[in-house]
Amino acid sequence: MRLSGFAHRFVPNDDINTDYIISGRYKFKIDDMSELAKHVMEDIAPGFSSEVCPGDFIVAGRNFGCGSSREQAPRALKAAGVGAVIAKSYARIFYRSSFNVGLPLIECDTDWIADGDRMAVDLDSGIITSEGTGRSEKITGIPRTMQMLLEDGGLIAHLKKHDGFLLE
Amino acid sequence: MGKTIAEKVLTSHSGKECFAGDLTIAKVDFCMSQDGTSTMMMRELESLGFSKPKTKRGMAIVVDHNSPCPSVDVAKIHSKIRAFATSNGIPLFDVGEGVCHQLIPESGRVLPGDLVVGADSHTCTYGALNSCSTGLGSTDVAAAIYTGKLWFKVPGTHSIRVEGPLPERVCAKDLILNVIGEVTVDGATYKSVEFRGSTIDAMDMDGRLTIANMSVEMGAKFCPFSFDDTTKAWFSRVGVDAESGVACDDDASFEKVLDFDASDLVPKVAKPHAVDNVVDVTQLSGTEIQQVFLGTCTNGRLTDLHAAASLLKGRHVKDGVRLIVAPASRNIFIDAIEQGFVSQLLKAGAIFVAPGCGPCVGTHAGIPADGDNVLSTANRNFRGRMGNNKDVNIFLASPLTAAASAIRGEITDPREV
Repeated sequence: MRLSGFAHRFVPNDDINTDYIISGRYKFKIDDMSELAKHVMEDIAPGFSSEVCPGDFIVAGRNFGCGSSREQAPRALKAAGVGAVIAKSYARIFYRSSFNVGLPLIECDTDWIADGDRMAVDLDSGIITSEGTGRSEKITGIPRTMQMLLEDGGLIAHLKKHDGFLLE
Repeated sequence: MGKTIAEKVLTSHSGKECFAGDLTIAKVDFCMSQDGTSTMMMRELESLGFSKPKTKRGMAIVVDHNSPCPSVDVAKIHSKIRAFATSNGIPLFDVGEGVCHQLIPESGRVLPGDLVVGADSHTCTYGALNSCSTGLGSTDVAAAIYTGKLWFKVPGTHSIRVEGPLPERVCAKDLILNVIGEVTVDGATYKSVEFRGSTIDAMDMDGRLTIANMSVEMGAKFCPFSFDDTTKAWFSRVGVDAESGVACDDDASFEKVLDFDASDLVPKVAKPHAVDNVVDVTQLSGTEIQQVFLGTCTNGRLTDLHAAASLLKGRHVKDGVRLIVAPASRNIFIDAIEQGFVSQLLKAGAIFVAPGCGPCVGTHAGIPADGDNVLSTANRNFRGRMGNNKDVNIFLASPLTAAASAIRGEITDPREV
């Protein structure tokens, strides 16, 4: 699988929590992900939802997606067109939920990626490249379990396809 | 080779030997969701052709995050949840019953040694009951309900040893804030954290629930406490005959061992906008506050209301400060009335809202004004958490610090009041 898009970076860089991804002001009352998508990242980056193009990347530091278990966070990012998140590390619940709903998470050093860089990620070779500078780096391999979920289209599709868990 | 509590619980639920780092598919005993996470779970269950939960003790849904309902949009969501619960025979705790992480334990649905998943990040709270319990997204919880099992990576364990008596007016909340300040917000990501030591042995269940509740704020997956006489007596009070639990082996292998001395601990505060931004309360003395919130799944229990009432009794909240109180459950509210705490707090100027999450999650019942400083007994102080991100600062502290600060109108060391 090959992904490409522009990088979007935020302040803060580390510990971007699920309240920042989608605020409780919206997530409790809006049940339609395309509506929620209009408010993603609003508390730290107003206007993000109108700037993001399909396939673009969110790029961050450590512990992306910490805090509440709200699955609206990965779902709304996906509905907003985000192709993948690229971060140094992820919080546990967000990590599982993202693959469960088909949002790929890329784990690698991100200090060298600037806001607005056009990036390409090759999930098969495990290489991330800045198309502007040509610099390439290796990403941490996506665990086999998570790859299987992505290939099947998420956890529910996985359960339907295999009539239960085929994970190992 | 010895096992940690997490390794034992995942072994007993998998039918195969489990050690840290293994991937396993384990049977789940119980699941929960709340009104903010149920709709996605319900849709996935319906798409799977769900008829009834396959988990050992079923599931429950709690309407607590927007309770009572603040808007027409949320009312529609609540209606969908009620219809789903009714048509599928799912136990529902509706508005006004309380916060999920108090109601589920006091309903006796989680037992020692259980494996539990819930669509709420603070599901780790039930670790206080000697269970391995964790928050997950709605899709994972739907999968657990539908199949009765779920895949888990067996977590490594951090052992946190706490020794010595807690000083006067220093409580479990100060201890866990201190620990998170040291460990940091991602210092225990994906780990099972086991608290032990003489401080924990002497601690009541309300204090243990506070600590387990906040373990996710350092990234933890599970926070199972040992089963002891305190656990047994607590279960007996909720009508469950629990004789024994799961113990960590003496020769279990820990990834990390951390030692804390409780005897010199002082009241702590987590400053905006991160839970590990922890300082001694004295460093913030004099910081003006406009709102105080006493409640939540962290600190809305009877001992918390009692602690606050003990300081506020016969005194009054400073003019210009709003003290909002949300008891964690109807039972706690009734007990607090019968023991006189509610009257003491009301006479001191407190505002009571329905048992539930109250203003913690920012949907209603106490949204701060632009520029407000809020002192809260909750577990999160993220920007915008309480519904307003315009220069609102949320400080997290114990019920005693909350009460002392409400009296003075500024952040106050409860040992001074």
